[in-house]
This record gives sequence, C-alpha cells and structure tokens, in this order.
Amino acid sequence: MTALPPFQTVLDEHSAAVMSILQGAVGRDSADDCFQETFLAALRAYPKLSDASNLRGWLLTIAHRKAIDHHRARGREPVPVAEVREVAVEDGIPEHDPGLWAAVGALPPKQRAAVALRYGSDLPHNEIAAALGCSPAAARHSLHEGLKRLRKELG
Amino acid sequence: MTTATEKSIEQLQKRAAAEGLLDVAYTTADSPFGPLLLARTERGLVRVGLPNQDADELLADLAARVSPRVLEAPKQLDEVRRELDLYFEGKLDRFDLPLDWRLSGGFRQRVLRAINRIPYGQTRSYTEMARKAGNERAVRAAGTACGSNPIPLVVPCHRVLRTGGALGGYGGGLPMKQGLLELEGVLDGRAAS
Repeated sequence: MTALPPFQTVLDEHSAAVMSILQGAVGRDSADDCFQETFLAALRAYPKLSDASNLRGWLLTIAHRKAIDHHRARGREPVPVAEVREVAVEDGIPEHDPGLWAAVGALPPKQRAAVALRYGSDLPHNEIAAALGCSPAAARHSLHEGLKRLRKELG
Repeated sequence: MTTATEKSIEQLQKRAAAEGLLDVAYTTADSPFGPLLLARTERGLVRVGLPNQDADELLADLAARVSPRVLEAPKQLDEVRRELDLYFEGKLDRFDLPLDWRLSGGFRQRVLRAINRIPYGQTRSYTEMARKAGNERAVRAAGTACGSNPIPLVVPCHRVLRTGGALGGYGGGLPMKQGLLELEGVLDGRAAS
C-alpha cells in the first residue's frame, strides 16, 4: 500500500486539472461550487482511501459525480461552454466554436463527459475511464459514439 | 494555476476548517535562523520544523503519524507566529500556546515536559532532565528525547546543556543553539566549547 501523501500535495498537483474539467462540464460560473464540493468530499474520504496510486483518477471521478449532481439539481441538461482549457486542441476541434460546444452539451451525459474530458481536458482514455468509473473500452466507446453523433449533427 | 483556482482553494481551506476536516494545519514562518515549518492540530501546536529540516519530509511524517488531512492554512497559525516573532525580538520570555504532545510518548514525553518548565534564560543539564523524568541514569535517553523534540523553540530543548556547560547537540545545528542562548542572554558572543 502506498502511503497517503499530505492532502495539500494532492491539492497542489491536481487542483488545476479538476478546475478545468469542471469548467468544461458545468461552466465557469458553477465550477467554483463544484470544485469546493469535490475537494471537501475528497478530504472527508481521504483518510480511508486504501490506494494512493491513482489519486488523479479518484479526484476526477468525484468531480464527475459532483458535476452530475449539479446538473440534476438544476433539473436540466448541461450548459455547454465555449471556453474550456487553454491547451492546443487535437484532431481539429476548434476551441472557440459556440455551435460545436452547444452540440457537445446536448450529447447524452456519458458521451458528453467523454468528449469534454478528451478534448477539453486532454485526458488519455484510461483516465477518462477512471473519471467516469467505467472500463477504458467503455470510455473509448462513449467517446466514439459522441464523436460520431457530433459529426452527424454538425455535418 | 489560475487566480480563480487560488481563490477556490482559499475558500476550500475555510470550509475545511469550519467542518472540522483540517486535522493538521501548517504554514511556514520566517525567523532569524531561516524558515520554520509550523503545524497544529485541534489540540495545539504539534510540530515545529527548524530551517535545516526538510519540510516535505516533516509533512509526510505528519500525514503518516497524525492524519493525512494535512492542509496549508496560515491563519490557523497566526497566534503561534505572533508569539515566535516576539520571542525572536527578545520581547517574549514565556510561550502561552496549547501544545499537542502526541508525537512523543513515554519517557521522552516526560523529558520534554520537564524541559518545557525550564525558565527563559536558564539552562539545565541532560542529567537533571533525566532525573526529572524519573530515571537519573537514563542520561543518554534524555539526550535522545531532546534530539527528537517535535516542538523545538517552544519546548526549549536549546536550554539543555552537558554537565559542565558544553553545548551538547541541537537538531537545528549548534550555531542556532548558540544563537538562541545568546538571544536569551545565557551566552555572550564568544564561541562556546
């Protein structure tokens, strides 16, 4: 068993990633609330965490759940955001295209999350899987289905 | 990191404290000898890291021995920092801070509690400390207890010398021990033996 590092280390290393994912998933205005909820939940559970080998995946899973809670509480479909993270976007998906992100926001939750995590937060498949709480194959499938649907809708 | 994230983290620390999730709060503070690490629990000051000690190692040790809920929260240490500042200015001769003794047990803790009663500007020998802790012959163990003092400065192990007056050892290095004794007026500026 890996010893748990001081929680501050976890915060220092992963807060930026959690914030950008939440900004992608719930929008800038609500990201702060979800960020607090994510790290408070993590802090509550932290001493009992049995495996410290994938703290990032663990945090992203919590963040993802908090984002879902947020949307459920709002009782409507997710708000798409035009701005995500300031990273180079792969595969030719333009960063500041409101139409595109509106379409992403309209995808079913798993597909939307997979697309946002892959292209908004630049996560590899295994980390998307950890964040979504599914297998890497299922994450790849959600991403594939999401992209297929986007291509169809955006022509 | 964005400013938005920094603000969120600040807010998070407040909420963690309010919800009782801040098991170990820490900060760093300047001193004439270099940066100090200060850590407290809900019981009181639990660790003072001296300038020559590795802060990351001390924090990892706190995570393992007290709780992994270790967060940087400077406000929680305001009073500790204030008293230390006054002490280094020569304006405070007795700390009035709650202490958390959990990092030392048994004989060592008894030695440290005895050390904690040595008045400002006075010194004692390792032998006297061993006797006060209940075993006069355990002089070497008393020395070890001083060396492993988790709350140096506030628990003044720098006031313990060898019988005869030689400085003995210090976790923060002998120049620091000498500097502290000069500050308290025990030693003048001459190099001690």
